[in-house]
Amino acid sequence: MKTLGASVGAAGVLSGGSLISACSRVEEVTGDKITLLTSSGELVVVDRSQLKPAEIPSLTENQLRGRKGLPGRSWVMVIDLSKCRNARECMKACQSHHELRPEQHHINVLQMQDSEDTAPYFMPKPCLHCDNPPCTKVCPVNATFKREDGIVLIDNERCIGCRFCIAACPYSARVFNWKEPRDAEKYEGVTYNIEANVPQKKGTISKCLFSADRLREGQLPSCVSACPNGVYWFGDKNEDAVTNGTTKETVSFTKLVSEGAAYTLMKELGTRPRVYYLPPKGQVAPSQGDHS
Amino acid sequence: MQKIKSPEESRKKLDKIVSDLTRSILLKDELTRFWFFILIMFAGVGIWGWILQIKNGLGVTGMGDYVSWGLYIANFVFFVAVSLVGLLISSVLQLLKISWAKAISRAAEQIAIAAVALAGIIIVMDMGRPDRLLNVFLHGRFASPILWDLTVVSTYLTISVLLFYIPLIPDLAIMRDRMGGQLPPWKLKLYKILALGWKGNEQQYKTVYHALRVLMILIIPVGLSIHTVTSWLFAATLRPGWDSTIFGPYFVVGAFVAGTGALIILMYVYRLRYGLKDYYTDMHFDRMGKLLVLVCLVYLYFNINEFFVPVYKMKLAEGVHLKTLFSGGYAFMFWFAQIVGLVLPILLIQLKFFRKPLPLALISVLILLSAWFKRYLIVIPTMEHPFLPVQNVPESFHHYSPTSTETLIMLFSFFAALLIISFLAKLFPVISIWEVAEEQGIDKAYLSEKPNSQ
Repeated sequence: MKTLGASVGAAGVLSGGSLISACSRVEEVTGDKITLLTSSGELVVVDRSQLKPAEIPSLTENQLRGRKGLPGRSWVMVIDLSKCRNARECMKACQSHHELRPEQHHINVLQMQDSEDTAPYFMPKPCLHCDNPPCTKVCPVNATFKREDGIVLIDNERCIGCRFCIAACPYSARVFNWKEPRDAEKYEGVTYNIEANVPQKKGTISKCLFSADRLREGQLPSCVSACPNGVYWFGDKNEDAVTNGTTKETVSFTKLVSEGAAYTLMKELGTRPRVYYLPPKGQVAPSQGDHS
Repeated sequence: MQKIKSPEESRKKLDKIVSDLTRSILLKDELTRFWFFILIMFAGVGIWGWILQIKNGLGVTGMGDYVSWGLYIANFVFFVAVSLVGLLISSVLQLLKISWAKAISRAAEQIAIAAVALAGIIIVMDMGRPDRLLNVFLHGRFASPILWDLTVVSTYLTISVLLFYIPLIPDLAIMRDRMGGQLPPWKLKLYKILALGWKGNEQQYKTVYHALRVLMILIIPVGLSIHTVTSWLFAATLRPGWDSTIFGPYFVVGAFVAGTGALIILMYVYRLRYGLKDYYTDMHFDRMGKLLVLVCLVYLYFNINEFFVPVYKMKLAEGVHLKTLFSGGYAFMFWFAQIVGLVLPILLIQLKFFRKPLPLALISVLILLSAWFKRYLIVIPTMEHPFLPVQNVPESFHHYSPTSTETLIMLFSFFAALLIISFLAKLFPVISIWEVAEEQGIDKAYLSEKPNSQ
């Protein structure tokens, strides 16, 4: 019973948690409170009347809509390297959203230095969701695939763990579950959500999914929302709009990347990433903490 | 071919050939029991290691998110390489009408079958989810090099088994007819069934020759494909050290070097153990030595292309890779493989002394060891230095160190391959009896005689 309760609770948290954090209105207060854990790892106390039973789709439903994607969308991300201070809130939020161990990174903040004469800077590196992905080409079972809204997803019900996609990715964007995933017992019995890649499964691959499950709920990805320094912009190329995760302002995507002289990583490899970087101009502020 | 006239001489010669070449089947001494005991024991320990790995995940190995392919894949490439000796000896040399290759063809096929079978097994042992193996057949994507590899490897295994079995049929008939008193009944029954009622008439021999010719021609594109496609598992990626256009032919020629070395060692072991000096003659070793020099020279040419050209340019990422091989952590392995495993054999085998059986076999051991080092060097160093810096991960991710469980599973593959070869030698003659008889001018009619039971 305890495990059943825990698993229902966990399932409720995963889908209901997003409902809670989206709730800005206060419904009628009955005084009956419950403590919940949100998907970004915070404990919140809410009124029980604010909880709606979460409709958890079946595995097949998850798979079908996950493989199809969100129609009419073309997701892009812009990362402003002049603003990154290595706070690593993005990494923390991501790891708790996706049941990751501390050494597993869907997004990794790297310290880069392009030449001896230039200053070092911090570069967050999620999966770049390439338009010519080297990883999906080599998967023998179509467990990783690009869907119509641009996101490269992973199906951990199908992955056989051959790790060819890790070998193929030039950006080191993928990780593997070498052991049982973190807190595996807590997630037992939870229906696999392909858009969050949760629960993680031992022996399969994992990577950044642009928080496809949150996108479906109309929210920004975990890393984008968690950043305190205004580094991330995320949005839809079809609408030509990207929103900043910190300031919440929305600007034209094409204007942002062309005026900001944005570039993509290792363009000459021909992968055509969907993540654009604004150059680390004027990086003079010190890093927010020594994480070495 | 010698022309032997008298029936008594023919029969006596045939008896000697049969008794020599069935020694591997009949010999049952302490060494045989000890050998099988060691093989089965180590193979069993390896299987236990694999069970541990299935239970606890691939984390029991030294692999991490950066070096995600390790010993198992290095072994896979090594086995595919060694298996190409079947193509070289049974097909290419025989189509070129090189008659001395006939005697060593069956041993070459033993190696080919054992190696390619273990290549398939070690891949399954490397999978994160071996329970989902069926997905490859249910959801296979033919755009993936892994599917190409699966196709050509299974085809090569099939053709190699046929190339082993079809010329074996006349031998099975000879043993079925002559060895009643010497064999346990189950073995005799096995030969009877597998001999498919062979009578040894003209029509049947014609069929065998025809079938062999078809198989020998078919195996050429398949055999060339298996190691080319295996090389494309690496060349289809963008990584420095793998992003090379010559990987296909480079691997194929390297395979011939490794396979020839392996065959020489096996020839020497059989010659010593089963007293087969008259079949694996000094001439055979001399010719194999010269073949070894030929393939080593071509491989040296490819190595020069593969390493000299990038070192001339020193592109950023390639430069890091080359520095690791030439002067970094892998320098010993690299230079050992190139000098001891390639340059030294080319020079030494020029001398007649080193084309004698024992010296040549010892050089072949060095060549085989270097071949394994080379495959390790192909897989691991590239993964240790990807394009982007390796940061925020445990120390163990930065450098690959195989664990003991991983090593046990890797060793399983070698012992299992030796087990397959040993079983094949225990069941079937290691050299083709009827082809040797043919070479020595014994008429085929004598082969079908059923002498009175001994």
